Amino acid sequence: MSVPAIELQNITKTFGHIVANKNVNLVVNRGEILSILGENGSGKTTLMNMISGIYYPDNGRILIDGEEVVIRSPKDAFRYKIGMIHQHFKLVDVFSAADNIVLGLDEKFNMKEASAKGARIAAQYGFDIDPAKKIYEMSVSEKQTVEIIKVLYRGADILILDEPTAVLTPQETEKLFSVLRRMKADGKAIIIITHKLHEVLSLSDKVAVLRKGEYIGTVETKDATETSLTEMMVGKKVSLNIDRSEPHENADRLTVRGIDYVNHEGVRILDDVSFTARAGEILGIAGVAGSGQRELLEAIAGLSPLTGGEIIYDNPKTGEKEDLRNKTPMQIRELGVRLSFVPEDRLGMGLVGDMDIIDNMMLRSYGKGKSMFVHRKDPKALAEKIIKDLEVNTPSATTPVRRLSGGNVQKVLVGREISVRPTVLMAAYPVRGLDINSSYLIYNLLNQQKENGVAVIFVGEDLDVLLELCDRIVVLCAGRVTGVVDARTAKKEELGLLMTRTGEKEKANA
Amino acid sequence: MGALFVFLHRAIMQGIPLMLGSTGEILTEKSGHLNLGIPGIMYVGGISGVIGSFLYEQGVGPANINPALAVLIPLLCSLAGSLLMGLIYCFLTVTLRANQNVTGLALTTFGTGFGNFFGGSLIKLSGNDVPSITLTATSNVFRTTFPFANKLGPLGTLFFSYSFLAYAAVIIAILAAWVLGRTRIGLNLRAVGESPATADAAGINVNRYKYVATCVGSMIAGLGGLYYVFDYANGVWSNNAFGDRGWLAIALVIFCVWRPNISIFGSILFGGLFIVHNYIPNIDVSTQELIKMTPYLVTIIVLVATSMRKKRETQPPASLGLSYFREDR
Repeated sequence: MSVPAIELQNITKTFGHIVANKNVNLVVNRGEILSILGENGSGKTTLMNMISGIYYPDNGRILIDGEEVVIRSPKDAFRYKIGMIHQHFKLVDVFSAADNIVLGLDEKFNMKEASAKGARIAAQYGFDIDPAKKIYEMSVSEKQTVEIIKVLYRGADILILDEPTAVLTPQETEKLFSVLRRMKADGKAIIIITHKLHEVLSLSDKVAVLRKGEYIGTVETKDATETSLTEMMVGKKVSLNIDRSEPHENADRLTVRGIDYVNHEGVRILDDVSFTARAGEILGIAGVAGSGQRELLEAIAGLSPLTGGEIIYDNPKTGEKEDLRNKTPMQIRELGVRLSFVPEDRLGMGLVGDMDIIDNMMLRSYGKGKSMFVHRKDPKALAEKIIKDLEVNTPSATTPVRRLSGGNVQKVLVGREISVRPTVLMAAYPVRGLDINSSYLIYNLLNQQKENGVAVIFVGEDLDVLLELCDRIVVLCAGRVTGVVDARTAKKEELGLLMTRTGEKEKANA
Repeated sequence: MGALFVFLHRAIMQGIPLMLGSTGEILTEKSGHLNLGIPGIMYVGGISGVIGSFLYEQGVGPANINPALAVLIPLLCSLAGSLLMGLIYCFLTVTLRANQNVTGLALTTFGTGFGNFFGGSLIKLSGNDVPSITLTATSNVFRTTFPFANKLGPLGTLFFSYSFLAYAAVIIAILAAWVLGRTRIGLNLRAVGESPATADAAGINVNRYKYVATCVGSMIAGLGGLYYVFDYANGVWSNNAFGDRGWLAIALVIFCVWRPNISIFGSILFGGLFIVHNYIPNIDVSTQELIKMTPYLVTIIVLVATSMRKKRETQPPASLGLSYFREDR
């Protein structure tokens, strides 16, 4: 029985009152690849950041080669030969590959020798690298190569890769995997974070599953199947008792056909996405983080330029069909298509933290009125109405929004957007970070809108909520629609599988 | 011909404070901190030297000063004054992560007020009729130059007639360029300014680099103020005579695209543009003021040109002006 290369015992980490990791236990041996599987926000990256010295655990022990160690900084992590390849590359853009590789080391400064050593490591594992090439001239996979060589250069023999395949093409992924297998044969311990099931099954020896920060368990890959892993990952269905009425209208309101979006880095974010949102129903959008949800909503709101496809809006007032791609964001808003978007930061797009509730109402109405002075009376009435109707907990309407709690911020934002009687309401992660009561209030608001005949598009991350709140659910995976399911009959596992389905599998099924 | 040499000579004299100021600011900005307090820091560097020198000259009498002490006392006072300013800036922006622009501007206001307060007090103490302090004895020591400078004709004047601080300024600029471009410390410092998260993950102590770069930068900039008083102004301090040289130094940083070696020539060019109106015959005051504007105009042109070319190497450090906190999420 050999001593494990790294062992975690009862690791716990909290940020404020949010528990990111709770009693996590992991064991990785040398010559072994462990996958860490979990949904968004299940605490995978936080856990790895604790091993690599970015965060410090509140509780628990880390053992390297059987001895307890304290990792307070990335430097400590190097000393224990731990190397992390971050999801968002930690590279300096204006530096060359070689500069990045030697960054922060204490050895003698000799770029020539360093380049040679870097090239030697690259050759050993079958990488290609030009040490003099600047990072900003590199493709994503080249950058990743630099990251990997950077940690190997430091002599790492415990490697952590945070979603390394998220940005790679299938060919690049295959190449990376062959490199990882060679490292494994070389006796390195490798931890790979991913939510792509087929990668887990094809690459790893063991799988550890996290769910909402909690450690669910570790299984041998050879005993696991896609279904069993999905079950561990998404858990048993929890009943939430969200009211859901039958949709009583059925008119198509918004038809998205084959839209493509390529971001400024040349990465394809949306790939031939099509779906229809109907009046009087809630359409859910499910998918792991970064599957293109944000870009999709922004595209509908006219905020991101598409490279292909069309977005047809059935105007209920005129009965005409209009392509939103030809319209400015302002025109789209005037048509009644409203975006209430809440990205990672609490305040989101559309509220200004340092301004009070009334001023935030005016952000939508400042263009109205005839005189040169802004009209403050109506926004004030609206702010007071929202505070009263939605039970916003605030000292007054003149309190800066920043000082309100997350749930109240959310109510202000949603309240303002629904006050203009939209025909399409898009809400992204509207309950993120909210307590149960506030969440239900938001669900009720969305349901009311649905009953008023609004086409509601709800982007969520909690599958239980999606299944109970929505009427239909569109599943996105890596920018493609992998399925549209009826939320009343769909199973949680079914969604989980669709969310993690990859390009190749989809082609095989088609 | 003679006039050209005189003009170049004066341009260099005018350029040295800018060279020191911009070299200091480049080091600071390379750590990701935009220190708009440089004008105040240079001012404090000047007045601190003046205070030291004034007390020493008054103490022993201007005739009896020891040349070594006459240089050393103002030099150390100046360094201490500007270091203190740098530390205030660091504590606020690095440790407390205050807004850099606001902090910098506050320091400039504070530094100018500090200088004028003590300048005014010393003028009162000295009981002068004119509103200035004259420290000729110390200035004479400061302005000691190569003995053979005058024997070599105009070329000798142009190259060898400066004080030690002027040569030090050039050496510091070259040294700064070498450190930034060729050493591990420079590589790490540039990484801190470009992407502190990357530097942190690579095991670099980000805050230490920020502190050291900013404080050393402030001390170098402070020497610019010292040079101005004891060399350029011949040891005469009068309030607000330093003018907008501090802002010119900051503009110069942009002009020389964050490279201290370019700042050597840039500062002389700026110095020349700043005084060229004196060498153009028959122009009125308003035209003179317009010509004094040209350094800023040139800076804007450089800014437009580099922004249009979008070459990554001529852009400011990517994290310039941003605070860094590791557990930010």
